[in-house]
Amino acid sequence: MPKDGGIGASTKRREDVRFLTGTGRYTDDINLPGQAYVHFVRSDVAHGRIRSIDPSTAEGMPGVLKVFTSKDFEAAGGIPCGWQITSRDGSVMQEPKHPILAEGVVRHVGDPIAAIVADSHDQARDAAEALEIDIEELPAVMNMRDALKDGATQVHDTLDGNLCFDWGFVEENCEAVDKAISEAAHVTTLELVNNRLIANPMEPRVAIGAYDMAADSHTLYTTSQNPHVIRLLMGAFVLNIPEHKLRVVAPDVGGGFGSKIYHYAEEAFCTYAAKVLRRPVKWTSSRSEAFMSDAHGRDHVTKIELALDAEHNFTALRTQTHANMGAYLSTFAPAVPTWLHGTLMAGNYKTPLVYVNVKAVFTNTVPVDAYRGAGRPEATFQLERVVDKAARELGIDPAELRRKNFITEFPYATPVAVEYDTGDYNATLDKVLEISDWAGFDARLEESRAQGKLRGIGLAHYIEACGIAPSNLVGQLGARAGLFESATVRVNATGGITVMTGSHSHGQGHATTFAQVVADMIGIDASQVEISHGDTANTPMGMGTYGSRSIAVGGSAMVKATEKIIAKARKIAAHMLEASADDIELKDGAFTVAGTDKSLNWGDVTLAAYVPHNYPLDEIEPGLEETAFYDPANFTFPSGAYVCEVEIDPETGKVEVQGFAAADDFGNVINPMIVEGQVQGGLAQGIGQALLEACAYDADGQLLSASYMDYAMPRAYDFPMFKVDSSCQTPCTHNPLGVKGCGEAGAIGSPPAVVNAVIDALHRAGHKIPHIDMPMTPNRVWSAIYGGAGPDKDGETMEERSVGA
Amino acid sequence: MYDFEFMKPTSLDEAVAALAEEDAQLLAGGQTLLPTMKQRLAMPSRLVSLNDIPGFAHVTADGDALTIGGGTTHRQVSEEAESAFPGLASLAGRIGDPAVRNRGTIGGSLANNDPAACYPAAVLATGAMVITNRREIAADDYFQGMFTTALDEGEIVTAVRFPVPEASRYEKFAQPASRFPMVACFVAKMKGDVRVAVTGASEEGVFRWSEAEEALTATFSADALDGLAHPANGMISDIHGSGEYRAHLIGVMTKRAVLHLT
Repeated sequence: MPKDGGIGASTKRREDVRFLTGTGRYTDDINLPGQAYVHFVRSDVAHGRIRSIDPSTAEGMPGVLKVFTSKDFEAAGGIPCGWQITSRDGSVMQEPKHPILAEGVVRHVGDPIAAIVADSHDQARDAAEALEIDIEELPAVMNMRDALKDGATQVHDTLDGNLCFDWGFVEENCEAVDKAISEAAHVTTLELVNNRLIANPMEPRVAIGAYDMAADSHTLYTTSQNPHVIRLLMGAFVLNIPEHKLRVVAPDVGGGFGSKIYHYAEEAFCTYAAKVLRRPVKWTSSRSEAFMSDAHGRDHVTKIELALDAEHNFTALRTQTHANMGAYLSTFAPAVPTWLHGTLMAGNYKTPLVYVNVKAVFTNTVPVDAYRGAGRPEATFQLERVVDKAARELGIDPAELRRKNFITEFPYATPVAVEYDTGDYNATLDKVLEISDWAGFDARLEESRAQGKLRGIGLAHYIEACGIAPSNLVGQLGARAGLFESATVRVNATGGITVMTGSHSHGQGHATTFAQVVADMIGIDASQVEISHGDTANTPMGMGTYGSRSIAVGGSAMVKATEKIIAKARKIAAHMLEASADDIELKDGAFTVAGTDKSLNWGDVTLAAYVPHNYPLDEIEPGLEETAFYDPANFTFPSGAYVCEVEIDPETGKVEVQGFAAADDFGNVINPMIVEGQVQGGLAQGIGQALLEACAYDADGQLLSASYMDYAMPRAYDFPMFKVDSSCQTPCTHNPLGVKGCGEAGAIGSPPAVVNAVIDALHRAGHKIPHIDMPMTPNRVWSAIYGGAGPDKDGETMEERSVGA
Repeated sequence: MYDFEFMKPTSLDEAVAALAEEDAQLLAGGQTLLPTMKQRLAMPSRLVSLNDIPGFAHVTADGDALTIGGGTTHRQVSEEAESAFPGLASLAGRIGDPAVRNRGTIGGSLANNDPAACYPAAVLATGAMVITNRREIAADDYFQGMFTTALDEGEIVTAVRFPVPEASRYEKFAQPASRFPMVACFVAKMKGDVRVAVTGASEEGVFRWSEAEEALTATFSADALDGLAHPANGMISDIHGSGEYRAHLIGVMTKRAVLHLT
């Protein structure tokens, strides 16, 4: 029985029944009696001083309850940042206030200035048009090089310049790295841009605040990946509401990709306004608002240098990155280009010396924070591009250069402060070469040439640190939070189980996979296990879902709690069977006494726990409910090898992905079908970054890619059928399930594979082009080949943004 | 969306009368107008729907001409024009996505004259006649720049009469985000001459590429285009493509259309 639905089974996703039949319950599906609607009036300039706001006309409009401005939030705190970085010189990062509504200055297009609450959303919008706001436009700081110049316009008057921090890692290695590079037999250098992205989850953000006057308690319904984190940040730092008076509910959430981790001003606004107005207040983001108010991702400009000795061993690596923070620090923004990026710069290689420098910069743009992969895609992209370039410069096979430098012995302590517990990089490389039919490429190349097309093949490896994260370690690194996870396993009298997990599913399929684990441990059918998440009122304090952490950290907490359940149930069974607990075995949902035919079913024991007539009440309490908190001993380190094959139309520059193969090592796999789906989604986003997606601003700070007319989302027909394999498994050595996490891998490993393939195609056709920045649009590829003009902004992005030069 | 009055007349005369109200606007398939209204970028006082007017949607072959009613959806054209005018059916079947093709109409597309719309290329390349409730307007006179046409206030596109070319082909290079044409060319081999119309590329909207027309009229082969290059000035330049790139694509798309037909 459990073999069909237990660990390792490709059970169908039970939650899909409601999602596919339109019966999911998303935040916008919630409508409370007496609910009012808020419309945010947002800045249409990138930088400006608010001279005056005259609400009198707007307040007199039909249905309007109140016009809020920053004056209404004088007692509230700013939106807090959850991670503090220390600069090379020992100073802590500059941390400007991020107000709920702009306090005298607007700092990016979309910055909220005022909020109008009315009986209907249309009435609030009507009033917004009547709101008189006088703004003196100021010069905008748009690119990072300009932002760091002496005398540059400051995004925040209160700070010293626009530099948030200047981080060096590992600082003690700096001189040794410089020396190794200066003495190297060969140094490969590459400058590149990791393009700014907008996450674009299918469901836009929504928040509903409600206040219960009788109980003096607040409820916030919100589209969040981590309701407890929101409760803590908003309650303790922004609105001064103790947690026992604040409930945060994140029901079905339609995709997050990182953008729904953070605490946003709209959440605090709705919670606060509901108490002021004594009515629930609802905000539903329009797609247009999402483009200019959801945290953006990536936006790094990097120079990387790889040193090799005469035998092609990597001897040192140096990277200098400028990371765009946007106008304010989003919740985890400082961690992304630092600890989630620098610690992965060794990649899969035994490079002995690594030095990473990151300058984080404020600009008049939407705040940037983690987006699927978060720092690890940025690290992987530059490393796998420079390794590929080195192979080309040295005239050796890119797979062989990688093999030569692979880490092969584990555990392995990298020079960038992490210890890989396990892995087998040759295994994933062999697998991906096999499933991509790497050996058969030449024949396909000839076919493409016969059609007048260019063809290329590209390889990339990746490693990521998931299972975020050991709390004591991240505390030393500047995290202002612990990163444990929790679970309560509640066994009901008749044997059914409800698991309340601090993890949060917004597409990952926890209702299915978490149930598989518990069912497998006890030996009952998975249909007997229900997973509950997303409501701080009935789940233990948990840290939520991001960083591919749910099964590795949340799953481990659930395993620990289930182990406690089984231990107690075994004692009850021992009493009922008149045997010693040590002799009781639990298998296939039945308790047996070793060496006898005496047995009890799972349900007999659970019933006894709640109807304790024949029960060891003097030894153990009745009931069967256990909670566990799990703090990981280390990160987990999924790794893999990806191959991309492209065809290029030389007349138009259009790149078509002809094949994509992924061989991942996620350790043990709970549900292979769900893992494959996770990888496919990640690949779509990673290939989207490589070929299509770009968040573009003009020089004045206007968002040019402000709708789907100009922000190119990938579509199914942009991709071939992916070949995804997760059969290479080196189980994690330090968590009970031996799992590593699979959510971000596809987005991390795929961009360099695509770029490597495009560069390969061009070189095979005689175009010796070292690099093309993402997204490799038809115009950019055509320009690279023929030297014609690139799309608008390229002059700016390529020259002015190349600050690492 | 702002409040508006909604009317569904059942005759053209009623529709014209309903349009007399200030800020009244016609509604055909609504594929451009409704999103614009939802974003509060348009605020018509009254919407006059053309969808209940009998006989407004049809594809009618008549000798050497094919007449298509103003209210005909892209989907209907893609299906019903297939045998008489396959080049047009193929264009219609590639506009937008299925939802757009099931609602959007040829009359709405021509009245809007988006610089990246597909239909204007076919209308201009074939020298079609745009028929309104008042007159007939030749394609060469009808398109007057981005979002600008010869239509007067209260004038309704009731049909388009295409002279069916001997052969025709529409080649489209999609803008990566919107999938509208970044550049698309309609090549029509008419009796006696060849006409080439380009959409998506120019700041002035759809236009004819006369040098290519002359070369192809003399010799209808892709080789005839060798050495011809459309100049980049006046071409749209944006985050998706420079004017120079768009000008280059005009040559590529035109050549591919001819190659398809030869």
